[in-house]
Amino acid sequence: MSNILIIGEHSEGSLNAAVAKCVACASSISGAEIHVMVLGDDVAAIAAQAAALEGVSKVLTVEAAHNAAPLAAVLAPQIAELAADYDYVFGPSTTFGKDLVPRVAALLDVNQLSDIMDVVDARTFKRPIYAGNAITTVSVKPDYKVVATVRAASYKAVGDQTPAPVEAFACTAETPDHSRFVSVQTGSSDRPDLQTAPKVVSGGRALGSEENFKIIFDLADKLGAGVGASRAAVDAGYVPNELQVGQTGKIIAPELYIAIGISGAIQHLTGIKDAGTIVAINKDEDAPIFEVADIGLVGDLFKVIPELEAALG
Amino acid sequence: MDKILVGLKRVVDYNVRIRVKGDGSGIETDGVKMSINPFDEIALEEALRIKERGEASEVVVVSIGTSESQQQLRTGLAMGADRAILLETDSAVDPLSAAKAFVKLIEDESPGLVILGKQAIDNDNNQTGQMIAALWQRPQATFASEVALDGDTAKVTREVDAGLETIEVDLPAVVTVDLRLNEPRYVKLPDIMKAKKKPLDTKPFAELGIAIDDAFTTTAYAPPEQRSKGIMVEDTAALVSALKDKGLL
Repeated sequence: MSNILIIGEHSEGSLNAAVAKCVACASSISGAEIHVMVLGDDVAAIAAQAAALEGVSKVLTVEAAHNAAPLAAVLAPQIAELAADYDYVFGPSTTFGKDLVPRVAALLDVNQLSDIMDVVDARTFKRPIYAGNAITTVSVKPDYKVVATVRAASYKAVGDQTPAPVEAFACTAETPDHSRFVSVQTGSSDRPDLQTAPKVVSGGRALGSEENFKIIFDLADKLGAGVGASRAAVDAGYVPNELQVGQTGKIIAPELYIAIGISGAIQHLTGIKDAGTIVAINKDEDAPIFEVADIGLVGDLFKVIPELEAALG
Repeated sequence: MDKILVGLKRVVDYNVRIRVKGDGSGIETDGVKMSINPFDEIALEEALRIKERGEASEVVVVSIGTSESQQQLRTGLAMGADRAILLETDSAVDPLSAAKAFVKLIEDESPGLVILGKQAIDNDNNQTGQMIAALWQRPQATFASEVALDGDTAKVTREVDAGLETIEVDLPAVVTVDLRLNEPRYVKLPDIMKAKKKPLDTKPFAELGIAIDDAFTTTAYAPPEQRSKGIMVEDTAALVSALKDKGLL
């Protein structure tokens, strides 16, 4: 019997969708008892969401004013205190998890396993290296606390359950005041979130300008899809960086991914390889994106997109 | 600020197409071009710009690895670093042990800032900077896309999933850098000549008294599963009907 603590990332009153995928990963370790820890300044609603995730047997909360912003230096000592009693500590491989979990691991004097994509057995895991160009199998020695980030795109979110109990954890760890949150600037929109949307439309450098990229947004809105972009399109300034899909951007696994004017550099393909159906529209028939696309169409995007929109009515 | 420490890791050049060895025992690295980890190059560029603005007096580049890492440290010196330190070992060093080694150096050097790449492009761990900050008990500002120093504090803009987050940290602190922070300078030939005369200190890693952690063993390497090539359609109408057939429209 082993127990697993999952860090419950959240923002604006909602649990991050990647947490349900961490629970799925944890559930694949047989006989595991799964707890979720939620730290914040107003955690009741978030804790309730975590408690309703299938497989979670308890939610532990730490509610404090200093937990209002997700500062790794502040959160890590509190998580490390609770984690002392656990065999495993998991966090999502989001920017939040990547920032925080190594700090927790170091406080616990252990190494971290980054980006678990498969649990082979309780001590053996698969993870990508070299931007996903190689997959390694890593075994962890017995009695070593497994502190890890979970590659969300490799897992499907767990379902719902009758809520598990929620308890406050009486945290005594000292938190530093040397780090302060100032602001966050988000490209707020009503569109589905890129990371969790079932459908995503992405545009590449072939769009040619920020103005032209608008047709990607319009098509996405017709489909009820999220919007992504290649690194080339982000670097060219057509869209903000948080839309970047790929190894150095977001790794996503939508049911439908439509890549428009994207050649398909390896670092982009790494970000979409778990997608259900990949559609590629590109005027270069030799573009590498066609090697991985389920449906390919060679054509001028400025002609195809209006036709697609018309067909969608 | 007196000093900035910059971590430089020797890795397979980012342009090299990686191949898994036929027997699954590792990655083919024989005769492959090696370079400074590109994120670390951005870290060094940022340190040099801070120094050139008069906000720091010395930039020290540090590497952990085999004696061949001297090549990357020399490149760092040619870019403009003042001196270099190699913690030499033939063993692979895990992120926690690397962080412990950095903290030992920090005790000797007392830097105002430690800057590293957010991750190395070989193992993609994304851990060492955060671990240094934890063990040093100092702030961390990871995935930086802008660094502004102001006396005893730094305002750092970070690339996060939601967009751009800004935090303020007291110095000394650890900063790890993302791709868009800057564009590293090219090294010029006269600088390569000059770099040969700059100090490069080598210390055996073993003398630090840090036991390399053996908790993780990589038992197999495999190429990623390939998606199979699908169908090509002639026109938009055929695309729409293919999507409808799959129940996606």
